[in-house]
Amino acid sequence: MRYLPHTDADRRQMLAAIGAKSIDELFADVPAHAVLKGPVAGLSNTMTELEVEREMGAMAAKNRPAGSMASFVGCGAYRHHVPASVDYIIQRGEFLTSYTPYQPEIAQGTLQYLFEFQTQVALLTGMEVANASMYDAATACVEAVMMANRVTRRGRAVLSGALHPHYRETVETHGRFSGFAVDAMAPSPDGLKGLAEKIDANTSCVVVQYPNVFGRLEDFSALAAACQKAGALLICAVPEIVSMGAVTPPGAMGADIVVGEGQSIGNGLNFGGPYVGLFAAKEKYVRQMPGRLCGETVDAEGRRGWVLTLSTREQHIRREKATSNICTNSGLCALAFTVHLSLLGERGLTELAALNHAHAVQLCEKLAKVKGVTVLTDAFFNEFAIRLPKDAAGVVDALVDKGVLAGVPGGRLWPGNADMANVLIVAATETNTPADMEKFAAALAEVL
Amino acid sequence: MDKSQGRTSTAAGEAALPPVVTKSGHRALDQSEPLIFEQGVPGRIGVDVAPAPKVASKLGAFARKGEVGLPCLSEPQVVRHFTRLSQKNYGIDSGLFPLGSCTMKHNPRLNEKMARLPGFADIHPLQPVKTVQGALELIDRLAHWLKTLTGMPAVAMSPAAGAHGELCGMVAIWSAIAAKGESATRKRVLVPESAHGTNPATAALLGYQVDPIPATADGRVDLAAFEKKLGPDVAAIMLTNPNTCGLFERDIRKIADLIHKAGGYFYCDGANYNAIAGRVRPADLGVDAMHINLHKTFSTPHGGGGPGSGPVVLSEALAAYAPLPYVVHGKDGFRLVETKEGAAQPFGRLKAFNGQMGMFVRAMAYMLSHGADGIRQASEDAVLNANYVQARLKDVMTPAFGGTCMHEALFDDRFLEGTGVSTLDFAKAMIDEGYHPMTMYFPLVVHGAMLVEPTESESRESLDTFIDTLRHLAAETKKPGAADFFHAAPRLAPRRRLDETRAARAPVLRWKPPATKQAAE
Repeated sequence: MRYLPHTDADRRQMLAAIGAKSIDELFADVPAHAVLKGPVAGLSNTMTELEVEREMGAMAAKNRPAGSMASFVGCGAYRHHVPASVDYIIQRGEFLTSYTPYQPEIAQGTLQYLFEFQTQVALLTGMEVANASMYDAATACVEAVMMANRVTRRGRAVLSGALHPHYRETVETHGRFSGFAVDAMAPSPDGLKGLAEKIDANTSCVVVQYPNVFGRLEDFSALAAACQKAGALLICAVPEIVSMGAVTPPGAMGADIVVGEGQSIGNGLNFGGPYVGLFAAKEKYVRQMPGRLCGETVDAEGRRGWVLTLSTREQHIRREKATSNICTNSGLCALAFTVHLSLLGERGLTELAALNHAHAVQLCEKLAKVKGVTVLTDAFFNEFAIRLPKDAAGVVDALVDKGVLAGVPGGRLWPGNADMANVLIVAATETNTPADMEKFAAALAEVL
Repeated sequence: MDKSQGRTSTAAGEAALPPVVTKSGHRALDQSEPLIFEQGVPGRIGVDVAPAPKVASKLGAFARKGEVGLPCLSEPQVVRHFTRLSQKNYGIDSGLFPLGSCTMKHNPRLNEKMARLPGFADIHPLQPVKTVQGALELIDRLAHWLKTLTGMPAVAMSPAAGAHGELCGMVAIWSAIAAKGESATRKRVLVPESAHGTNPATAALLGYQVDPIPATADGRVDLAAFEKKLGPDVAAIMLTNPNTCGLFERDIRKIADLIHKAGGYFYCDGANYNAIAGRVRPADLGVDAMHINLHKTFSTPHGGGGPGSGPVVLSEALAAYAPLPYVVHGKDGFRLVETKEGAAQPFGRLKAFNGQMGMFVRAMAYMLSHGADGIRQASEDAVLNANYVQARLKDVMTPAFGGTCMHEALFDDRFLEGTGVSTLDFAKAMIDEGYHPMTMYFPLVVHGAMLVEPTESESRESLDTFIDTLRHLAAETKKPGAADFFHAAPRLAPRRRLDETRAARAPVLRWKPPATKQAAE
C-alpha cells in the first residue's frame, strides 16, 4: 500500500526490537470478543490511484456542476471566481499539512496570515476585533448569541424574520439544549418588523441579517440604539461578505457583534462545506469571544512575531468553564480568504462588488419584465427575491431541465409555509454572463 | 549516515568571523516578510475585474462612503508574500510531526485532486436534489464505510469538527433522555481527568454538571471510583478509547455495561480511533455515540487548524436522534431530508447546509485507497511505530506507564529530574533538531507529559533518526550547563521563544494604520 512505508521485514524486526512475538500482542488489552480476526467484511480492499480516480470520477459525473449551467443560486453560498494563485498557495504543504500553531517558533506563517485575516475581517465589517474563524456563519451566529448571553447575563434571543432559516434553525437547536429562549419572527422581506417591540428585560440580543435572506439591505441603526438602551446586544449576520465592498459596514450602524460567511472570498461552493465563519466584535467584549485569537508580540531577540493568545477563554485550558467548545476551526479556508482578499485589495474588492451589483440590477430588470413576476426587494446588493404566480420549487425544477439554476425556492427554506412557497431568491455574481441572464428570463417566461 | 550530522553553524577556519548581520533582515531562505498591510501602492490590483456595466444603483442609502482600508498589490507580490510565510511553517510534508492526539499522518495529494473535481467542488448546497445525486451517493457511501467499520447502525454526517461531533453525540443523548422524561433528573456527566478539554466544555454547553473520574496508577479509568459515581442522576460517561495516555481501556465493556445498567449512555471520544480502525469495532465495546475526526483517522489535512469534519456514529438506542439534514435512499434515487419526517426524532440543524462535503470527498478517497485491509494495516503500523519509539527510548526517557502502548507513547518528566530542563525546554530543543515537538503537558494526569504519536506514515529509518535525536537530547540534559542550553532553545527557527505574557497582557489582535496608532496613543 503506497502510503505505508513498512516492508514485512521491517515489521518483523521492529516487533523483535519491542520484544513482541506478533502484532496481536500489542492489542492484548482489547477484550477477546471484540478482536476482529481479519479485515472488516463487506468493504473493498486496497485500490490503486487510478482505480480510486475512476470510482470517485463516476460519482462526480452524476452531479451537474453549477458552472455547467446558468447559475443564480445564493442564500448564503455564492459562486464566485477564485484566482488560480489562491488554490496554489493553500496547497503548499507547509500550510496544508501543518497543525494549529501551538508552537509559534515554527508556525509564524500560519500565525501571520491569521493576524492578517483578523485585520481584514475587522476592516470589512467595520468592527474593532475579529477572531481566527469559526466553522461557518450559522455556527458563528450561535456562538454570538451565547456570547451575548454571557455578556448580558440574560437568556433570550430575538431573531429577525429575514435571518437565513439555516442560521435560525441552528440557533434554535442550541437554544433547546443550552436552555436559552429563542423568539423568531415569521419570514418577511421586512426583516426589522416587530423586533424592537420584542426586546424585554431578559433579552440578551437581537439578531438581524445584512443583506437579509431576501437580499434586502436594511438600516438597523435605530434598532441598535434601542438594543443599547435596553442593555441587549445587536448581532448582525453577513451572508455575502463581498457585499462589504459596496455597502456601509454593519459596524457603522452600531452592531455589537458581526458574524458572517466568508465562503464567497477564496472558497468554492463545495456543496455547503467546508466554509469559513467570520466573527467580529467590539473590543470591550474580547475576553468573552469564542475561538482562537492571534496576537502580536516579540521573541527573545526582540523581533516581532505572533502567537495564539487569550487562550484562557478556551477549552484546552478552561475545560468546562470555556467560552466555547470549539477547537479545530477553518484555518485553511481562512487562508484562502486572506490570499484572495489580498489579491483583490481595496481596488479589486470595490470593482468586484460593483460588478456583482450591476449584474444583479440587470438581472432584476430582466426578470421584472417577465409576466407574473413581482420583485420583493427594493435596496439590494447581488441578491433579490421575486414572487411568482405559482410554486417556485416546481419552477426551479422545470428550469433545471433548460440549463438554468434559477435560485432558491421559498419552499426549500421554509417548508410548509404557504406564504413563502411562491417566493424565489435569486443571486447574480461576476460569473454570470449577459447570455446567462437572457437565458434565465426567457426560460422563466416559458414555464410561467 | 548523512555527512551533515553533528554540524555547527560555523565552517572550519571561520571561528574569528563576527556573527552574520544582514542588511535586508533576510537570512537566506528565511525571508523577513512584513504584514500585507505594510505593503502595496493604491491603484495596484492582483485580480483583473471586468468593468461593471452602467446601471441605476439599487444600493440606495447603503452605498459605502469610506474606504475599507485594504492594501493594493499585484499577483506576483501576493504570491511571494504567502510563499515566504509558508516557509516559516512546519508541516507533515516537512518532517516527522509526532504531535500526540492530533494524528499528523500523510495527507495524500490524490485526495486534494478528487476534492477539486467540478462535480464535487462546484455544486451549490441548495441546488435541486436531482442535480446532485452523485454528491448524495458519496455521502451515503462514506456513511456506509463508517457504519461498517464501527459496526454501528447509524451515523450523523453534518458535524464540522471533532468538538462539533461531540456536541452532536451529546445532544443525541440529551434528546434520548428527554424522550424518556428524565431530563430533570439526569444532570451529571462523568469525564475522566485525562480527557480532552473539549469533553467537559461540550458537556457544560448542554448544562450538565461535569464530574471527574480519577485514573489508576496504570493510566486507566479507576473502575471502583467510576462505579461509586454512578447513579440515577448520571446522563453519560464521555470516555476516550484508546485513552489520551495512549492505552486501551481494558475494562471498557464493563464500563459500558455499568453505565447502561444505570440508565446512562456511553459517549466515546473517537479522537484516537486511528489506533483500532479495522481491528476493533466500537459497537462491540458498547459505545452509544462516537465522533470520528476525518482529519485525524482518515487523513483530511489539518490545514493549520481546520477545516475538520466530525461524523458521529450512533447506536440503535440513539439512531432516531440525529441532526438534520440527512441522506436517504429511495426508489427514485437519493433524497436529502431537511425537515422532520416519519418516526425519526431529529433534533434540528447543527450548521448551515449539508456537512463538510470537501472533507467527505477526501476521506472517501483515503478509504478507497486503503480499503478494509489497508485501514487495518494502517492501525497496526501506527501501534507498531509508537511501541518501537517507546521500546527504544525507555532506557533514556521515562515512559509514564509500564507495558506496551497503542498508537501513542507517553513519557513523563522523571528523566529530567535534577537537570533544570523542563518538558517545554526539551520540546523546544527538538525544534532546533528539525522536528515538531510532541504534545506537551497533556494529558494532565501525567507530570510534564510528552505524548509522542509517530503515526503509520513514518518509515523505520525516519523513526530511527528521530529516536537517535531524542536519545542524544536526553543525554545532553545530563551535561553541565544543560539548563542554559535548553532554556535558550530554539535558536535556529525563524523565531526564538515568543513572549506570550506580553501578547495576553495588552492584546494586539489586528494591524492598525500608523496614523490611527498615533492618534490612539
